[in-house]
Formats: sequence, structure tokens, C-alpha cells
Amino acid sequence: MKPFTTLSGIAAPLPMANVDTDQIIPARFLKTITRSGLGRHLFAHFRYHPDGSERPDFVLNQEPYRRAEILIAHENFGCGSSREHAPWALLDFGIRCVIAPSFADIFYNNCFKNGILPVRLPREVCDKLIEDARLGANARITVDLERQVVVRPNGEEIPFEIDPFRRHCLLHGLDDIGQTLQHAAAIDNYEARRRAEAPWLFGG
Amino acid sequence: MADARPRTLFDKIWAHHVVETLPDGTALLYIDRHLVHEVTSPQAFEGLRAAGRRVRRPDATIAVVDHNIATDDSRRTGITDPESRLQVETLERNVAEFGVPYIPLLDERQGIVHVIGPELGLSLPGMTIVCGDSHTSTHGALGALAFGIGTSEVEHVLATQTLLQKPAKNMRVRVEGTLALGCTAKDIVLAIIGKIGTAGGTGHVIEYAGEAIRALDMAGRMTVCNMSIEAGARAGMIAPDETTFAYVKGRPYAPKGEAWERALAYWRSLPSDPGAQFDKEVVLDAASIAPMVTWGTSPEDVLPITGSVPDPAAEADPARRARMQRMLDYMGLQPGQKLTDIPIDVVFIGSCTNSRIEDIRAAAAIAKGRKVAEGVRAMVVPGSGLVKKQAEEEGLDRILKEAGFEWREAGCSMCLGMNPDKLKPGQRCASTSNRNFEGRQGPGGRTHLLSPAMAAAAAIAGRLADVREYQP
Repeated sequence: MKPFTTLSGIAAPLPMANVDTDQIIPARFLKTITRSGLGRHLFAHFRYHPDGSERPDFVLNQEPYRRAEILIAHENFGCGSSREHAPWALLDFGIRCVIAPSFADIFYNNCFKNGILPVRLPREVCDKLIEDARLGANARITVDLERQVVVRPNGEEIPFEIDPFRRHCLLHGLDDIGQTLQHAAAIDNYEARRRAEAPWLFGG
Repeated sequence: MADARPRTLFDKIWAHHVVETLPDGTALLYIDRHLVHEVTSPQAFEGLRAAGRRVRRPDATIAVVDHNIATDDSRRTGITDPESRLQVETLERNVAEFGVPYIPLLDERQGIVHVIGPELGLSLPGMTIVCGDSHTSTHGALGALAFGIGTSEVEHVLATQTLLQKPAKNMRVRVEGTLALGCTAKDIVLAIIGKIGTAGGTGHVIEYAGEAIRALDMAGRMTVCNMSIEAGARAGMIAPDETTFAYVKGRPYAPKGEAWERALAYWRSLPSDPGAQFDKEVVLDAASIAPMVTWGTSPEDVLPITGSVPDPAAEADPARRARMQRMLDYMGLQPGQKLTDIPIDVVFIGSCTNSRIEDIRAAAAIAKGRKVAEGVRAMVVPGSGLVKKQAEEEGLDRILKEAGFEWREAGCSMCLGMNPDKLKPGQRCASTSNRNFEGRQGPGGRTHLLSPAMAAAAAIAGRLADVREYQP
């Protein structure tokens, strides 16, 4: 996983609440066996007409937001299906940070597994950042995970909270499985104890 | 370890599964059952292969195909869609290589993963159960801690049989009193979502309790727990009781003999202790719940069938007003329009929310001796091959077919628009599934969520209808 330290880039404003993972990547694009290549289907219903042509009014079809690396939205971003194709599609498009007042739990978890930083900030702060983002290419927003701040184009720094363990993993691009396997002896012990206590859970 | 503090059902199951607590409070949580399907697993197996890892507990894992497959006879002659075929073949290659038990497409036990888990006794009270699908919350109906995970977590469970998790907060939703005629578990859960909103349970595990929940059969409890995710909660659960135990007993993978007695004693210790603290509590009066139907594009946009489409002009909050207008435009509805005046094109009875034998009986009871309205396509998709078989033994398929319903093979079907069962742009569907998101059932499709009995009534009426006027 690619580490996330500091990101400075164009932010796309998406002032919508309850953006669901079916909107982020519709189910018909889930028939894939790889993680890559989903970026062109990101927000497919918003980006394309049924005939496949682009909808010019959608933000990601406009300059400079085609090159957006940050997305700013409203409440409950990523609700619905658990599909990890949602963060894969965002990442493949080039988005590595989503800022919103709140996120759905599964999507929030899935982001960290893919080097995407989800930042929770109050609604009024998100609205300020959305106004910044509307200024376009001259208004770069910086997200500094090391210092846990979002820096507005005017230099104002907005601190954000993040779980220290997740921050650590993201900063260093750490693989969860490798870390968990360091606890293999504890898993063995748990299984041995559990097998005695609740034998019906073992052996099918 | 003695702990005098009264604990919730969730607290107990959580505590029994903590392998280790890391310094920052993250738990390494042991997973008892891992259900795998074709759509969210290919990249996980690929990750294992790339790292040279094996599946730690194939005996705790089972795979089935459900999401992308056709639900007509074409499945018997091979999968025609090349992408779907590749995904199913990839699963078959992966389960063979990693030694994971698998229920193939043409096995009579094949079905929607959240229907077959409880049906086969793979899902048991007190278990931790995960699957790469958000509706894994369904299995919480058995008194298990069951939640959906992403593909990276699927890989993590395959490799380690554990997950890194922070404990959730406890929320209780009590539904007291008795449901009125024509109202079902689906109406309960839609009413709950309407009350607390689609983010109402975020960060929490919901325990459903109260007289109306206790009175539900297991299928109804599964319907309620299934839509916990639509209320924002990763998991929903219901304390195991005699209804639960009677359901589990004798199922193929359920414990037997002495193991059954031991398991039963353990399961009886699980319900929340008197005085256990919940971080959040909501109470609903079952008697005040009417048959419900959604009008918008989020499950929280729900009203009693006697209601009318709301007017955005009456909404004070400008963001909410704009959102409502967008929903009405997408749904092709007018403010003030009576819900019972909304004509429908398609009826879908199925999905992990409502495709069990009880759901099909409820639909057949309304359909019996009546006809699907002219121009309406109505389909019934059983949740599993075993549900289908039982329904046919009970003659339900005949009743439904005589009324003009299609009777199909088991699968996720028209719930999610990734197999041949899809809405066409602009088509309006009365659906027993769980999500009315834009494009969920097919690009441009319009979804109204409701119960199986309400869906059957809509099929007969050719419009959304009050099931109380269509009693058997």
C-alpha cells in the first residue's frame, strides 16, 4: 500500500449528503477480478448519459476537477454496499482523500486499507472548503496527515482527528495482515481454548 | 474474569471473541464463520496467492455464488455473460486451490448467502460472522454478531481468521406492543429507518428488542436485522430465545447431541443482562406502524401507504429541499400525489431481505385467486434452492404462476442490477429489496421498497396499494 503523508492538490466539491457506494460505483461494474481500472466508472450515473457520452454539468467532467485528488462532500458519505470497489474506483481516478462531516462505517474502514485518507470535519468547515474548491486550480488544498491538519488556500490550518493506529498504518503504508500475523501465537492459543469451550464451532 | 457490570448481548459476544487487545484499544477479534461470494472475493484470494498465504480455517469458511448469476433456466446451460462467467470460474478456481467448501450454482442448496447461512445452520447464535457484503447484518437475527466487510478484510479473515476492530457502541431499538393487521417485519424496519435516518445507527450495533420483535418469527427477525445497514449500523442483533433455538435445531451444520446441549446452555447466557447500559435508545409503538413504502431514493424517505408524496416547498432547510426536489425528479413523482395513485411497471419479490419461505407464503396469500394487473411484470425469486423446493411442495409456485407471477431460480436477482434481472430506464418497481438508491435496480430504474404482501398487492392493483384492502 502506498503511504499517505501529505497531499496538496485540486479538490472537487460534491455538496451532496448520503452519497452511496452504488453511486460511487454501480454494481454492474463489479464484475471484475482485479482492483484496477475502475476509475473510468467512478460515479458512472453522474458522469455519463445512458449513451456513454459525458454529462458536462458533473463536477468531475469539468476542468480542473478531472485532475482532482481530494473530494469534499456532505454527511454520511459512502453509505450502502460494503463494496471495496468504491475506494478502488476513487483511487484509480486519482482521489486519495475524501473530506466530509461523516462517513458510513464500512466505507470509512475500506479507505484505510487502500491508502485513502477519509477526513471528518464539521459541516460548516466542509462548506468553507467546498467554497475554496469552487475556485478551481488556483485553490489547492493541502492535507497533512503527519500534522493532522487541512490547510486552506488562504493558509488557515484546520486540525482533524484520526485514530492513531490507522494514522500510523497510513503514514507507513503498512499491510494489516503482516501485522496481525505477528500475533499468530495468540491466535493459536485462542483457538485451542475456544475449541475446548465451544467445540461446535470447529470442524464444520 | 469476574465482571459485575451488566453487559449487553453485543458486549458478551465481543468479549468472547477478543484474541488480544492492542495498546490503543483496537481488538484482534476472532471470526467464527466467514461466508464468501463471487463478487467481493477474487481480489482477496489474489492477495493471498501473491503473498504465499493459505486459508487459515477452511472449515469455518464457505463459498457460494449469488450476486451476478441469472435466475432463469439459462443457468443450466452455462453462464452466458462473459464477465459473470469469469467471476464464477475464478471463485471455483480459488475454492479448489485453497480448499474452501463451496456450494455450486446447480446445487439445490445454492442461494443468497444471507439466506443459506441460517438455513443450513452455518450461522449460529453467539458466533461472529462476516461476509464481503453489507447485508451480513441479517445473521444477527440468530443472536450473532454479524457484519459486512470489504475485500481487504475478506483477505485478512481468510489469512488470519481475525479482524482488527474497534468496539462499536451499543444502541437498542425497542418495538413495543403488537403489530396491526397487514403489517410485517419489513414495515417495522422501514419505520425504524424512517425515524432514525440512514445514519442513525452509524458507529453502533443495534439490538432490537421489545414485544413486537420477540413476536416475530426468524424470517421476520432476519428482515429487520438485514436492514440495520440501511440505518447506518454495521450490525443488528436480536437476543436468542426459544424461537431461535427451535429454528436452529436439526439444521445440517447445527450442533447435535451432547454438543447441542452444551451450545444451548451457552446461548442461553447471551441475552443482555437486566440493567445493561445502551449508549442510545429508541422506542417505537408497533400499533402505530402502518404498511410502509418508500417514495425517494434513500431508505429513510419512507411513509405509510396512506400518505402522499411530500412537497419540497414545505421544507425549511434549503439543502434538504434541493435533495427532495432531486429525488422527486428522479422518481418522476409530483408533490401531493397519493402514494396509492402511483402506477408501477415491475414487482420484485426476493432479495436477502425478503425471499424466505415465510415471505413467499405472504405474497402467495395475497395473490391467491387474483391476477397480476395488465402490463405489470411481476417476479418471485426464492432466496435459495431449498426455499424454492419447499415453496413448490406447498404449491405456492402454482398459486403465484396462476396469478401471473414469474417463478424463478435462487439468487440476488433484481436487488442490485448486476445480473440479467434489471429495470429499464424509467421503469418503476415495487420491490421487497433493501435499497432504493438511484440506479440500484438498473440505470434510471425507480424503486419503491415495501413488504412481500404489499408487493403482491401492488402487482394485483398495478399501482402501489394498501395491502389491508387485499386481505386473503
